[in-house]
Amino acid sequence: MALKSIRQALNEALAQEMRRDPRVVVIGEDVAGGAGSQGQRDAYGGVLGVTKGLIGEFGEERVIDTPITESAIMGAAAGAAVTGLRPVAELMFCDFLGVCFDQILNQAAKFRYMFGGKAKTPLVIRTMIGAGRSAAAQHSQSLYHIFTSVPGLKCVVPSNAYDAKGLLIQAIRDDDPVIFCEHKLMYDLRAEVPEEPYTIPFGEANIVRDGDDVTVVALSRMVHYADEAIDALAGDGIECELIDPRTTSPLDEDTILESVERTGRLVVVDEATPRCSMAADIAALVAEKAFAALKAPVKRVTAPHTPVPFAPSLEKLYIPSPERIAEAVREVYGYGR
Amino acid sequence: MTSQITAITMPKWGLTMTEGKVVGWLKQQGQSFAPGEELLEIETTKITNVFEAPEGGTLRRIVAPAGATLPVGALLAVAAPEAVPEGDIDTFVAGFAAPAPATETEAETEAAPREVEAGGLRLRYVELGEGASVPVLLLHGFGADLNTWMFTQPALADGRRVIALDLPGHGGSTKELRGADAESFAAILGQAADALGVARMHLVGHSMGGGIAISFALRQPERVATLSLIAPASLGPEINGAFIDGFVRAARRREAAEVLGLLVHDPALVSRTMVEDVLRYKRLDGVPEALTRIAEEWFPQGRQRAGLGEAVAGLKIPVQIIWGGEDRIIPVAHAEALAARLPVQIIEQSGHLPHMEKAGEVNRLLKRLIENQA
Repeated sequence: MALKSIRQALNEALAQEMRRDPRVVVIGEDVAGGAGSQGQRDAYGGVLGVTKGLIGEFGEERVIDTPITESAIMGAAAGAAVTGLRPVAELMFCDFLGVCFDQILNQAAKFRYMFGGKAKTPLVIRTMIGAGRSAAAQHSQSLYHIFTSVPGLKCVVPSNAYDAKGLLIQAIRDDDPVIFCEHKLMYDLRAEVPEEPYTIPFGEANIVRDGDDVTVVALSRMVHYADEAIDALAGDGIECELIDPRTTSPLDEDTILESVERTGRLVVVDEATPRCSMAADIAALVAEKAFAALKAPVKRVTAPHTPVPFAPSLEKLYIPSPERIAEAVREVYGYGR
Repeated sequence: MTSQITAITMPKWGLTMTEGKVVGWLKQQGQSFAPGEELLEIETTKITNVFEAPEGGTLRRIVAPAGATLPVGALLAVAAPEAVPEGDIDTFVAGFAAPAPATETEAETEAAPREVEAGGLRLRYVELGEGASVPVLLLHGFGADLNTWMFTQPALADGRRVIALDLPGHGGSTKELRGADAESFAAILGQAADALGVARMHLVGHSMGGGIAISFALRQPERVATLSLIAPASLGPEINGAFIDGFVRAARRREAAEVLGLLVHDPALVSRTMVEDVLRYKRLDGVPEALTRIAEEWFPQGRQRAGLGEAVAGLKIPVQIIWGGEDRIIPVAHAEALAARLPVQIIEQSGHLPHMEKAGEVNRLLKRLIENQA
């Protein structure tokens, strides 16, 4: 099976779904690759090349380059979805949700409910998350917890190329609005990805590795940092179970709870800020539903409650590191021993 | 004395195995063993299996303790006659250099999956071995793929081609079907064999693959040198309908693990990777439809359509039937009913996958029939 990057996996998912279903359209800034400027057609394929090649195969009717106006992109996509298309809209950086949140929060997320179940909104919003490129405070946040907190939205945070393709196809075929969060530092990460289209159900966590001592739940890029930390801990005889929820809404509570019932110890790793976050949510879940199984307090490894720093040295300290994850696991593992 | 010292190393089972974990030793240091005796249990990411001694000897030194995870080719233990002094064993262990892992290109040429066209369908296959002897064709069961033969295929590939196919709708083959009945699959099998230059073959079929092998042998007995049927379909009406339904339906890890546990005598054998592999297959577009269609054709209302026991007993070619004594998918009674007329081997402490659960024993039975007809 061929190794493909997350970028290639996403591109393949989009192309295959557009071939299968003529209602699937792509809309966003530069998704056609600078089609508006002279000689630049298909030059970029989005800011990170995910939509490259689509304009050539599917044309301008289905690959729609827009002005720089997120509120119009999201509004047009939500309206198109509710009237029969299946748009994949691009919100280049998730930070830009600030200018288009009404379309998502009060429109797309509410249509099915407020129209008494008679309206469907098969909308996908692809958006970039994450720090690590010194892109400063307005282009580096991980805001999936905000989407997760809104009833009516589904939220996906893939950590590898196999999951990225299957979850994006699932998102496109889903009849509800789905926010699909791509970490900007992972596009080149490769994995074995089948040629054929396939879907991964939402709300089904991936158990990345087995272990009986400590449960580690990590999201997006943090799955890889946690994996690195767990490798180091294995040398000390600490065996961790690593769980990647893959989707934060719906959340696979059972897999997390079953694991903690066995290990009695939990560390949650989340690149987002700590307040009202996925880390807080998962810690609360376990405190409420698996309290009797806990042998140690739940530990969260997150960013601090500050904007993302621009200075590379500070940004490095901001993002949870494998060392901090390992330290948290040691603390939880050693508690009460 | 060094020539009398032999290394026992981590085996390579299947295409994807790169390392294995020593679960535990079944022989102690100092004990002697006969060829084929079980030495230790090794866990791969897919399944746990026992390692059988290729030849007899005395277990002089256990190098890899239980719990150790080591790459393929790494030293697990040293066998040598009792006369060999301890010092020589020390020297041997110290000087042992594991062969460098095969480079990607080497591994690819050896056993890379390839594709063949049959009846307009694209089928994936893996071929091992070469030689002029009649080739072996391996047919997997319902919902499985060629990886079910991970322990079987290398064991048979001595001086002959051994080809494991993915049936239409399965594994890496096209998910399109020509027809879902045994005759349609048998016709595709014949075309695939033609395309692979296989005129006559030793046919080994498991479960539904056994049913296809029966159908093929009844239509073209002249092309079948021997027929080995492992817990085959088509011998009687009973089958575990709940398993078939559950397998077709399972979309999530928990459901899949429960259903796959029915396949084996000891559900602990089913690893998370095995479950994940099944789910990855079942998620592909076209697979749920193909499996549903096949299940409705072969096993309508939880019963098997075909009952070909009499016809199999009447075949004029060497046939053997191998069955796990604790099969929870197709009852072993189907084999027992034919025991008076055909060689029937019941494998104890095995479920529906004796070729994986008791690989050594099944490999010996397959080799015996195939090689006696050489």
